[in-house]
Amino acid sequence: MHEMGITKSIVSIVAEHAKTQKVKRVQLEIGKLSAVMPDALQFCFDVVAKGTVLEGATLEIIEVVGQAKCRDCGNEVELHQIVTACTCGSRDLERLSGEELNIKEMELEAA
Amino acid sequence: MCGTCGCQDGNKATVTNLQTGEHTHIDADGNITTHTHDHDDHHHDHDHAHDHSHDHDHAHTHAKAHGNVGTTIALEQAIMQKNDALAERNRAWFSGREILALNLVSSPGSGKTTILERTIIDQKGKTDIYVIEGDQQTANDAQRIKDSGAPAIQINTGTGCHLEADMVMAGVKSLQPKPGSIIMIENVGNLVCPALFDLGEAAKVAILSVTEGEDKPIKYPHMFAASDVMLLNKTDLLPHLDFDVEKCLDYARQVNPHIKVIQLSAKTGEGMDEWYNWLKAQSKQASEQAFA
Repeated sequence: MHEMGITKSIVSIVAEHAKTQKVKRVQLEIGKLSAVMPDALQFCFDVVAKGTVLEGATLEIIEVVGQAKCRDCGNEVELHQIVTACTCGSRDLERLSGEELNIKEMELEAA
Repeated sequence: MCGTCGCQDGNKATVTNLQTGEHTHIDADGNITTHTHDHDDHHHDHDHAHDHSHDHDHAHTHAKAHGNVGTTIALEQAIMQKNDALAERNRAWFSGREILALNLVSSPGSGKTTILERTIIDQKGKTDIYVIEGDQQTANDAQRIKDSGAPAIQINTGTGCHLEADMVMAGVKSLQPKPGSIIMIENVGNLVCPALFDLGEAAKVAILSVTEGEDKPIKYPHMFAASDVMLLNKTDLLPHLDFDVEKCLDYARQVNPHIKVIQLSAKTGEGMDEWYNWLKAQSKQASEQAFA
């Protein structure tokens, strides 16, 4: 269950930026091919945020669809899962996006 | 808990040098403590803790006011940044010393340690091999490696399900591998989490045994997609099983069309030469690319 460790990293990075200010909202960008489950992050977030400046904050997750370029025919293919074939039948795909694991922004409570 | 240094819940991993008996603890903040003592009379209990980021390369922060809803600050920061930065440091360290580092990943029981034992014995006098063993508990695997004749380090992750770059860094520091050698990093037996954590290796080697079922590559696609090579182990058992080798290879190529597959049996030695040839070619490449 690597989502727990990843959530701890998220809370730690955000808390470091927020310093002593209360955090209201955190927005993440999670690629659909990243092997990280958004539901599991949501589940871990409340537990990990407890007792930090992130306690009670909302976690917003933007899921990023995977995009790939077919090395055989050059077409761009949308990837909803890691095992996908291009319309030409090739599985030789160069992944362009879908593996994102980023913290986009945080919203601090009005002073 | 460890009576010598008082470490307990705050520790992320313990590194044990089988040659010197030295112990290194990595705590949640990445601090490293090293000491030597006899471990027969007490038990270590280390919990997996989290990665505090103490890096100081902060992203640009652009504040914009949203009326009275608070201040939104753009962070644009990679969650894995700390691990990835350390992994790159490891990679540069290996490269400068012309060392080939491989990350061996598989389910528990696929035969990773047996493949390593045989490799060490067969390559004795030809290649210097060092091993970093990752397991949640016990130093059994590192002891097996040491008995085969290679210097070994055991990393116990406690409840952790994978190795991270800082643990490998501590392991390498303790091992002090010779330039031009090969470092085999045997990850915790798990086909999920280790795919996400870069350790600084030149390549991931996935091991699948024929007793596991041919559809594992599509069941755990992330790992097989991230690996350069798949070792299909325990082929000596094929006559007794319904395992369909062709189907397995087809599944592996669906996930990763470029994956190199080597069929072998660490028990009988069948196919091991192909593995050694691959190692030799990779090791040569590591030395040629060092300052390219």
